[in-house]
Amino acid sequence: MTELDPITLSVIEAGLAQVCDEMDLAFSRAAFSPVIAEANDRSDGIYAASDGALIAQGAGGLPVFVGTMQESTRILIARIAAGLTLPPAPGDIYMVNDPYLGGTHLMDVRFALPYYRRGRLWCWLSNTGHWPDIGGAVPGGFSASATAVEQEGLRLPPVKLFKRGTMDPEIYAILTSNVRVAEQRIGDVKAQAAALRVGADRLDAVLDRYGEAVVEAAIAELSQRATAQMQAHIARIPPGPWQASAYVDSDGVVDAPLEIRLRIDRKGEDLCFDFAGSSPPCMGPMNSVRATTLSSVFLAMRHVFPDVPISAGAFRPLKVAGIAETFLDAHYPRPVSGCAAEVSQRIAEAVFLALAPALPDRITAAPAGSSGNFALGGQDPEAGRGFVMYQLSGGGYGGNARTDGLSNGCSTIGISKAPPVEIMESRFPVLYRRYALREGSGGAGAQRGGFGLDYEIELLRGEARASFVMDHGRFGPPGVLGGADGAPNRVIVWRGGDKHVPPHLSKEQDIPVAAGDRVEVQTPGGGGYGDPLSRDPELVAEDVRLGYYTPAAARALFGVILSKGRADATATRAERAARTTPAGRT
Amino acid sequence: MQIAGIDVGGTFTDLLLIDQSAGRVRLAKTPTTDNQAEGVLGALAEAQADLLRLDMIVHGTTTTTNAVLERRLARTGLITTAGFRDVLELGRRTRPQPYGMTGSFRPVIPRDLRLEVAERVDAQGRVRIPLDEDALRIAIARLIDLGCESLVIHFLHSYANPAHERRAGAIADALWPTPHVTLGHALLSEAREFERGVTAAVNASVQPLLERYLGRLRGDLDARGYPGSLLVMNGNGGMVSADRVAHEAAKTVMSGPATGVMAAAYIGRRTGIGDLLTYDMGGTSTDVALIRGAQPAISAEIEVEYAMPIHLPLVDVRTVGAGGGSIARVDAAGLLRVGPDSAGADPGPIFYGRGGTQPTISDANFLLGRLGALGGRQAPVDDVRAAFTRDIGAPLGLSVDAAAAAVLRIANIKMAGAIRMVSLSLGADPRDFALFAFGGAGPLHATALARELGVPRVLVPARPGLTNALGCVVADIRHDFVHSVNQPLDRLDAAGLAETLARHETEGRRLIAAEAVGIRGVTVKHSADMQFIGQTHLLRVALPDARPDRATLQALFDQAYEARFRVALPEIRPALINLVSSVVGERHDVDLSGLIDRRRAAPTARRVWFEDGWRETPVWTREALPDRLDGPAVIEQMDSTVLLEPGDRAALDADANLIIDVQPEGFDAADRLAAL
Repeated sequence: MTELDPITLSVIEAGLAQVCDEMDLAFSRAAFSPVIAEANDRSDGIYAASDGALIAQGAGGLPVFVGTMQESTRILIARIAAGLTLPPAPGDIYMVNDPYLGGTHLMDVRFALPYYRRGRLWCWLSNTGHWPDIGGAVPGGFSASATAVEQEGLRLPPVKLFKRGTMDPEIYAILTSNVRVAEQRIGDVKAQAAALRVGADRLDAVLDRYGEAVVEAAIAELSQRATAQMQAHIARIPPGPWQASAYVDSDGVVDAPLEIRLRIDRKGEDLCFDFAGSSPPCMGPMNSVRATTLSSVFLAMRHVFPDVPISAGAFRPLKVAGIAETFLDAHYPRPVSGCAAEVSQRIAEAVFLALAPALPDRITAAPAGSSGNFALGGQDPEAGRGFVMYQLSGGGYGGNARTDGLSNGCSTIGISKAPPVEIMESRFPVLYRRYALREGSGGAGAQRGGFGLDYEIELLRGEARASFVMDHGRFGPPGVLGGADGAPNRVIVWRGGDKHVPPHLSKEQDIPVAAGDRVEVQTPGGGGYGDPLSRDPELVAEDVRLGYYTPAAARALFGVILSKGRADATATRAERAARTTPAGRT
Repeated sequence: MQIAGIDVGGTFTDLLLIDQSAGRVRLAKTPTTDNQAEGVLGALAEAQADLLRLDMIVHGTTTTTNAVLERRLARTGLITTAGFRDVLELGRRTRPQPYGMTGSFRPVIPRDLRLEVAERVDAQGRVRIPLDEDALRIAIARLIDLGCESLVIHFLHSYANPAHERRAGAIADALWPTPHVTLGHALLSEAREFERGVTAAVNASVQPLLERYLGRLRGDLDARGYPGSLLVMNGNGGMVSADRVAHEAAKTVMSGPATGVMAAAYIGRRTGIGDLLTYDMGGTSTDVALIRGAQPAISAEIEVEYAMPIHLPLVDVRTVGAGGGSIARVDAAGLLRVGPDSAGADPGPIFYGRGGTQPTISDANFLLGRLGALGGRQAPVDDVRAAFTRDIGAPLGLSVDAAAAAVLRIANIKMAGAIRMVSLSLGADPRDFALFAFGGAGPLHATALARELGVPRVLVPARPGLTNALGCVVADIRHDFVHSVNQPLDRLDAAGLAETLARHETEGRRLIAAEAVGIRGVTVKHSADMQFIGQTHLLRVALPDARPDRATLQALFDQAYEARFRVALPEIRPALINLVSSVVGERHDVDLSGLIDRRRAAPTARRVWFEDGWRETPVWTREALPDRLDGPAVIEQMDSTVLLEPGDRAALDADANLIIDVQPEGFDAADRLAAL
């Protein structure tokens, strides 16, 4: 065994990170679909040959995938050992999207390449890409009311799409016969496979340079050190218990909230996340699967401690329990199309809320926490063809110990940019009547939440169907440490002049709309942080001057009285004093 | 002919004066002043420039860069389409980093200065709601009341039909008290309302500042009897006269880095090494750019900082977050980290003796004998050693020397990785390029980085620390044009394309003729941005002439796509997105052979640490270098320090550039570890 010094460790760590970064880059650059190429809805990494443990994963990958690929690789290895899947050979690439085999929703397709070194399976290279369509009832795959996974699209067990370097045309034909806009899929498939091959070339270079023995020793040592780093962070968290619940509005089918009940305890060097008591598996598509639930906990903790590496070692001290028999560990045939985009964010939110009193300097109040998925599919009579449009939206982030929340940030589990209005209008028969900051939506606090988005879209021609998979319609993103909740999500569909509000508020599928009909969406603001009555009155006056809040809201929410656009110090002091006396408390 | 290039950087104002008739060169390096004009005049004085005999001053300024980064902007109002005043604040729904749910963003124009008027044009350019001219007049009056100096008029889809913006502009011209009115489509006629709006807003809000600054400078120069012309560097790498530059002021925001890259391209052409990766290492960050065939890569999408895009054709310079001031430390996992925190220029590295306490890359270079003490100052050696022992040596169980060596090793690996990613993202394999190292600190790391990257050759120019000033002296006059097409290839109208390209050329030639600068000719280059329908990445291909047809475009795109992505997609139809033209007025050649006054002097020597340990190493002054020199050697000059490692072989060319052949690395991990 080679004696490793810390410098060699750093060098090899950088080398492995470079392999992942180059896979990420190759995938995004060559990918066909904007969802991968521009929105970076993809991730690439290196996984252990023995058990799929995450060795390294690109820092620019989509956060929701931090923990899923090691699960899917682990399961692939186990299936091969059990004879359920054909054994690997050099040049093979497996493809799998089964949510129950270490996945997310069906649109996230994982590729896995067995990497050989001197004839020995040395590790796995794997990536995930979000395909724009995978078949199923709803174009794009985000169903609001599926009741079985078969309605959500084509489900693939691990199969070899490439056999000894050559793509299997029969499997590819099955794919293209089952997905929409199939002719464009070849661009993504080639990019996804090419990225893994770029990774293999770069890994060759690393191993040529340092030798297998040194790199293997470094991987083992880095894993231990990542564990130690996470444990050092955990050691600063008081033992707990730290408890919180987060709520999904409904499952889209049964109109009742789903509870994520979380209790966090520090036990020795581990941090234990116990979800016992959470709602049972649900009828509609708001189930999560085990891999996504684990990944959501990991990504939440990485938001809290961004300096820890993305590796199995760092995640080892994070123990997740109590998910069996809950909607956080759904099994076949439970529908799951909301798991990666919505439920994952509620899980992260539960982690933030539970830890807020334990780590007040690190935690933010709840962010909007929804991918804000509005899909519109129909016929454009002018273009003479069908269309499917997605408007994915952000919302406000939570306030934190130092700053107000960011306005219109992307989802907790994503990193993607939203498309410009001008591009949307040039591609689809719609007109945006408004694309604005949602005034007043940020939860009041010493540091207030960021503001959500307020948009209104008119269908210009033909007929279409509108679908919504959003959340936080029933409950706004919670504030912490005395801060107020952000404004909840709001959806209104104006049909022939009549107002329609989805019964589940944030979820509904296939609402028919015709030319002239309009859709209004207001996305959530972030939760506030700390007592709003302690917010600097000058900041409140500035917020009013910028039109973020009305003068009446400044008084009601923050206890600030304005006079000629400035905070009236005397009146504000009196107002706040009256509110903090027991009799004056509202 | 006497030309002075003056570049104002963050710390120093650099001047390079070339007297072509006398074949003489003068240099100056003075501290940058708050009012940059003082530093400029100071530099001219230090170089003993005879202003009466000077023909041309070309100025690289960071006035607008600093104004944007520090948000010290002219008070600017926005009038936009009803329903869309928050576009500049909402951005594209992002956050500053993938992890950590925090961050803030300050829009260029605050919300109370963003007003709306009724008007609406659709994506096809059809008017849906006419412009409400009365509302517009009221909005203009309100912004004047609110004390705005500049005005942006930014309407949705103005790239498709600018009629409303033009009409609003005409009304504003009559009412607005200053000439500072920017129309959204005028700078950038492309879809994407956030990017176009930010570009226009940046332009408007730096325009008065740039104009005032240049007016003051011109006045100061006039007062000293300077009869010649004053030109300013643009971010596209070209120069433009001072009285014209403010019109497109946003182009100057990224001009500093572009100027150095232009100098690299010029030197590359003279030396016959046209394919270069440029590497400019500063105190807090490092700029990297790619040059192919002596032509810098141009990008239409630069991001100045988080959510601050400027979508104009600018030299594509990428910033890597490591510089000489990057701080080294050992993290909770016991691993050595370098950066991203930086000691910057103030307090700077410990050995500057200005109060720095944390070990930096520059301190490591100093400890290992690679970098001499600052300007004859007594460096606090003991403090540097103590810091390395305390922060790195003790936790890792390394000696002071080994700790400093480890810092350099990690820093070089990180920087090489970042350079490699920049190069790959531009579709280039770094091994096909030479590394052009400049800036004060670049040449210290250059050969180590080259080895790490597999780059066989390094070019260190004669004046690495004055490269930006040189870029001012040699810059051409350049005008770029972008025209949105957005059509599938099979629907293109070839006659319309030729007409657009001809219009670009005519306009470019007119602008060049208007400058009082002698040129030896005009070159016109056309290119096309294309993509497959449904895709978002653009691929730019050079057009062979100004009359492209569909078949040519198709063939060029297929070829370029395959070369770039190693994937052929015959299944999918391509589209032409933009037609792009650059019209360049090429200046007469500037002779660079006088940049170094060569003289004879024997080298001194000092101990310098290399991978195999300490070596007594010759220390040359740049002026006294022999024609050929093998490493190890340290080469010192007033503007930089160059390090040759053992095995490096350097030769001087006719312009006194150092061309270094880098010994390829024998990657033997065991040897490497033993050395530590």
